[in-house]
Amino acid sequence: MDNQLTVSSSPHIRADESTRAIMLDMLIALVFPLAVAVYFFGWRSLSLTAFTVTCCVVFEYLYRKLLKKPNSLGDLSAPVTGMLLSFTLPVSAPYWMAAVGAFFAIVVVKQLYGGLGKNFLNPALAARAFLAGFAALSVHVAPLSDPRVPILGSFDADAIAQATPLSYLKPVEQLRLDRLPEEFSWWENLFLGQIPGAIGEVSAAMLLLGGLYLVIRRVITPRIPLAFIGTVALLTFLFPRGGIGGYEYMLYNLLSGGLLLGAVFMATDYSTSPVTPRGQWAFGIGCGLLTVFFRYFSAMPEGVCFAILLMNTVVWLLDKIGAPRRFGRGWTRREG
Amino acid sequence: MFHRFRGGIHPPDMKDATRHKPVEALPPPARVILPMLMHAGAPCEPVVRPDQEVFMGQLIADSKELVSAPIHSPVSGRVLAIDPYPHPNGSRVLSVIIENDGRDTPHESVHPKGSVESLTSDQLLRIVRDAGIVGMGGAAYPTHVKIAAARGKCDTVIINAAECEPYITADHRLMLEAPEEVLGGLRVLMKLLEPKRAVIAVESNKRDALDALRRTLPGKTKIELTALRTRYPQGSEKHIIKSVTGREVPPGKQPTDVKCAVFNTDTAAALHRAVTTGQPLIRRIVTVSGSAVANAKNLDVRFGTPLIDVFNATGGFREPPAKVMTGGPMMGAAQHDLSAPLVKGCNALLAFAEADVPLPGNEICIRCGRCVRVCPAHLLPIYLYMNERKNRLRELERLHLEDCVECGSCSYICPGRLHLVHSMRTGKQKLQDAKREAG
Repeated sequence: MDNQLTVSSSPHIRADESTRAIMLDMLIALVFPLAVAVYFFGWRSLSLTAFTVTCCVVFEYLYRKLLKKPNSLGDLSAPVTGMLLSFTLPVSAPYWMAAVGAFFAIVVVKQLYGGLGKNFLNPALAARAFLAGFAALSVHVAPLSDPRVPILGSFDADAIAQATPLSYLKPVEQLRLDRLPEEFSWWENLFLGQIPGAIGEVSAAMLLLGGLYLVIRRVITPRIPLAFIGTVALLTFLFPRGGIGGYEYMLYNLLSGGLLLGAVFMATDYSTSPVTPRGQWAFGIGCGLLTVFFRYFSAMPEGVCFAILLMNTVVWLLDKIGAPRRFGRGWTRREG
Repeated sequence: MFHRFRGGIHPPDMKDATRHKPVEALPPPARVILPMLMHAGAPCEPVVRPDQEVFMGQLIADSKELVSAPIHSPVSGRVLAIDPYPHPNGSRVLSVIIENDGRDTPHESVHPKGSVESLTSDQLLRIVRDAGIVGMGGAAYPTHVKIAAARGKCDTVIINAAECEPYITADHRLMLEAPEEVLGGLRVLMKLLEPKRAVIAVESNKRDALDALRRTLPGKTKIELTALRTRYPQGSEKHIIKSVTGREVPPGKQPTDVKCAVFNTDTAAALHRAVTTGQPLIRRIVTVSGSAVANAKNLDVRFGTPLIDVFNATGGFREPPAKVMTGGPMMGAAQHDLSAPLVKGCNALLAFAEADVPLPGNEICIRCGRCVRVCPAHLLPIYLYMNERKNRLRELERLHLEDCVECGSCSYICPGRLHLVHSMRTGKQKLQDAKREAG
């Protein structure tokens, strides 16, 4: 033979799967909630998202360039982080803050730990937690107020700020539960997304649609979202607060706030969630328990972000105890 | 009836290229090269001398070791030399090189041995041993050793006709064209092992093979024909046992520990021929396929035929092959020297064009967990990989690396293009080395 034959270890064929294709599916799934955000919050939500994505891409490129590591932009993981980060911000968030968040997510949380697949905290959520100290992020713009939201520049957020549905439910704040049903309708406001909130969290319908897309494309398994949402649903149904019925209270908890965004897109992040089936169930349940705990007993109106970040730290443990049953051990004798 | 095994993959089966092509007999080459290692176990020693005249089916090499299988001349002619020669395993192995006289004069030992009914079980086992029969599915473990170990210990005999590797259609064609040989071989095994159940297990994508077998079966029989789910690695011994009986072979144990014995389709046919015609194992059906091959075919090839001759017999290459392998694309061995001869365990010869050879890229694990999802051995390939890279041998043991069957499902599915199976092999080697040093 004149030509060189490749000799390598089996297998000699590979599935048509790639990291890039997976991340592309993530981006596609994230477009659903983004579209609703643009509709309800105006173009600034799109420009802020685009800016955050750009920052993530630039920081990733510069970090790897400066440290003479191979360029990793092709895997498309930086844009995914960028979109997820901007989804946790209110539309009124200033651009510089998005840039700070992107730097923290990409450089501190992701690249310093070795890059894609090596970080143990979800970059977008860790950055969001880092930014939580800024007061500007605690106010949320009411939807359909876009005439007052300029695409560029800053504005007086307080003038158009509105409390989020969850903060109504917060016992430590002024309880105005009697006004809730008139202000928010289940369908239009909570399910479709016409509520104050962060860019990507408002539309339950679109988040579920995006999640469904990811499950159908087999990018994620539904274990973590189901366990996460199911745990929150069960606990809030059984132990409602604020004098409303369990069913109503449960729906508020599921449909408003960051639960669906967190359960579908954040808690399923590959790098920071278990790979074993049982570990994934446990992870989802743990996220749910902590979310309810924070929502009930902490000063924060939200709990999803910190719940997921805390669970991120025990992923290795969950995988250790969640390993599948050993083949040939403990099988049940069912003769066919 | 059906039992499912966990995990597995569903690669494109690529069998259409040869599924409908009848097996053609390939005329033996001018010279055959017979390595003293055609099987798993101890190598044989030649019992012929250079220049000696040999006949087709004549014993040319044997071993006194228990786990070994004798080798016979696939042609008649003259022994040219006994020299080390390239072997498909990548090394050079002592080989008997025979010049073919083209006459195929059979040796006197080749004659019908009588009917299965008339022979005793011990006589049959002797015939199997003397015919040099080994497992034809790839592992090439001596069949008489397997039978001897399973006698009196199993209630189920399974003919493994899953043929779950992509491209390969050798067993499929055999069942279509000579179902009586497969059934005959199974009857030999039933006489030897006296099982309660005798099952021929085929993947559901080969129902025509089941029909052919069913037409050949007599009205009253205890032989069962089963269509299994089409899912790689259905043809793995442990997994076909699970699919057929629901039993799982415990770690480190053998099929006989769950009262099963599994034999490949072509092995059964070889058993049948050894009894009815007296012909030892000197040839086999090989699927020649792949994107670089001009005409994909199923060929009946004598052992010792150089791989390049097999390719050339199909019309050569459509374009220069970038990768050639013996066996299937999932578990087959890549070849670098096509002058190496065909040996007993080789059911396919595949040649891939450059476009079909995955390029080595950045190996980056994104922890997607697909390897865990597909692993039919219930392992965590991702953690095995990480620990192997860091030489954490105790972790490898704790994660039961030894249970890996090297089916390749994890590497196949990995979007980060990690060489997971290679890492498993390396890890096993490291564990072995450590044990040797310690012990």
